[in-house]
Amino acid sequence: MVCVFNYADNHLSDMQGEIMNESNVDKGRRRFLTAAATVVGGAGAAAGAVPFIATMTPSEKTKAIGAPVEVDISELKPGERMIKKWQGKPVWILRRTKEMLDDIASQNEAVSDPESQSSSQPEYAANEFRAREDEYLVVIGICTHLGCSPSFVLKDGDNSPVVDWKGGFFCPCHGSRFDLAGRVFKGVPAPTNLVIPPYKFITPSQLLIGDDSEAA
Amino acid sequence: MANIEKNIINGLTDLRDWVDDRFPLMQNWNEHLAKYYAPKNFNIWYYFGAFAILVFAIQILTGIWLTMNYKPSAEDAFASVEYIMRDVSWGWLIRYMHSTGASAFFIVIYLHMFRALLYGSYKKPRELLWLSGMGLYLVLMGEAFFGYLLPWGQMSYWGAQVIISLFGALPIIGDELSLWIRGDFVVSDVTLNRFFSLHVIAFPLLIFGLIGAHILALHEVGSNNPDGIDIKKNKNSEGIPVDGIPFHPYYTVKDIFGATVFLFFFFGVVFFMPEMNGYFLEHANFIPADPLKTPEHIAPVWYFTPFYAILRAVPDQLGGVIAMGLATNIFLLLPWLDRSPVRSSRYRGWNFRCALTLFIVSFLVLGWLGMQPVTPLFTWMARFFSLVYFAFFLLMPFYTAIDNDKPVPHRVRN
Repeated sequence: MVCVFNYADNHLSDMQGEIMNESNVDKGRRRFLTAAATVVGGAGAAAGAVPFIATMTPSEKTKAIGAPVEVDISELKPGERMIKKWQGKPVWILRRTKEMLDDIASQNEAVSDPESQSSSQPEYAANEFRAREDEYLVVIGICTHLGCSPSFVLKDGDNSPVVDWKGGFFCPCHGSRFDLAGRVFKGVPAPTNLVIPPYKFITPSQLLIGDDSEAA
Repeated sequence: MANIEKNIINGLTDLRDWVDDRFPLMQNWNEHLAKYYAPKNFNIWYYFGAFAILVFAIQILTGIWLTMNYKPSAEDAFASVEYIMRDVSWGWLIRYMHSTGASAFFIVIYLHMFRALLYGSYKKPRELLWLSGMGLYLVLMGEAFFGYLLPWGQMSYWGAQVIISLFGALPIIGDELSLWIRGDFVVSDVTLNRFFSLHVIAFPLLIFGLIGAHILALHEVGSNNPDGIDIKKNKNSEGIPVDGIPFHPYYTVKDIFGATVFLFFFFGVVFFMPEMNGYFLEHANFIPADPLKTPEHIAPVWYFTPFYAILRAVPDQLGGVIAMGLATNIFLLLPWLDRSPVRSSRYRGWNFRCALTLFIVSFLVLGWLGMQPVTPLFTWMARFFSLVYFAFFLLMPFYTAIDNDKPVPHRVRN
């Protein structure tokens, strides 16, 4: 028995000696194992973070709410604007008079992107009046600066934001101004013209906002 | 009778020793309170750290109780706040304490930061103390921003819309990033729900942890003082700083006195002017959120307005966002921008004193401008004071290096 105990004691102290003695350590191997464990563990942590980040992106239900919206514009009189909600955003439909269209044409010098070349709109709205039909402006009423909804300020209103105001949209948040085609004026913080959503006329008095496919 | 008293004391002492054998109770008590030696010359500016902890406690307590009745959905949020205000017993008090607490938190933190500027508390060896404090300030801004959406009023909604859009201005990742923050194409029920989660769990936990780090860092390096003198350089034979006094009971009692004065003013606001004429609770926020209409005049709550004025001062979209981000974060560099060997402004030259005064003036004027509507005059004023604001930091390595600092005494003044 004594012999066994002695053997065990000796064995233990040998092992301790081996562990304590740094000179016996294979440092290269230790470094490799540490690095490998760090890389694998790090990759695991990164992979584990994916669902947490992804769960914060728009859900299927949220995406489905972006469905097109039908709008009846038969009641809209010339010079009037209506507001409809599409994808949670305000969409303005403005029925423009001849005078309004003339005013737009007269402002080409004052706006920063008159041809809408660096702005966002469907191809059929990339024209002077930014519309499928000149009479109707369909535009997302969210300022391209920081997302406020500008107010509609008529030509002869008391609260014209600048002198010689021809009518348009004024953002109360940071003072950006847009004309009646949603084109941004020079020298304001908004970088581009207001965004035109995809839309089409189902009948002359029926609009579909959010869908412009040609097929029936 | 004397025997009973003796027995109780002995019993409590035994209990304390029993705990001490298993948990470092007395060790921590001594390290952080009874034998933590703070400079004996603290003045009124040294109240605000303790006040910040007090306000944090008020916010946690009232927040827990508000959560019992608040409903984080676009459908119910506004009505549930009105329900708390009108129908829940004492709900109005809990809610006004929480909304007043938000503004009080920033008042206290801004004064606490000003103290650090005044007495050079960010300078070596307190860089990490300063950085953890700045971390707290930035997290607190996030916490306040998330909380402001919850009542789902017009200001809540459009304020969140604007702030989230700031991220959208970043090149390439901007659109995806703001979509990810909102979880929707516009600020919506989804956004409200996640802001609630961040406001009541994630950010309070972060603040709690950072407060711990802040205090640990403070107790490692020791408190600065109005003279900016290192009291640890002058110790008696027992190793105790001769200009130091134990935090407990001296400063605990002082802070309790200060807390009563603070609470006197705090509840004065809670009871008599909880809206602070539209500065603490903005008028437009009493109208439910309407995603189709921005209020005529929108401005953030007062504690964000200096940065908002800087944002508006820059005519370029991305440039404005960058300037705003820089203005909030540039404080982080302070320990390395300041080249003066002297901490306290009591012994610093006129360069720094004038610069600090100009900085405070520009901060206040920008704060006022951020609440005003956009006019050409105000825009130019905002541009001028933004330049002063940034010049304070960016020119600091130069004007502090050549300042006519005075000699610093060896002992604190009484």
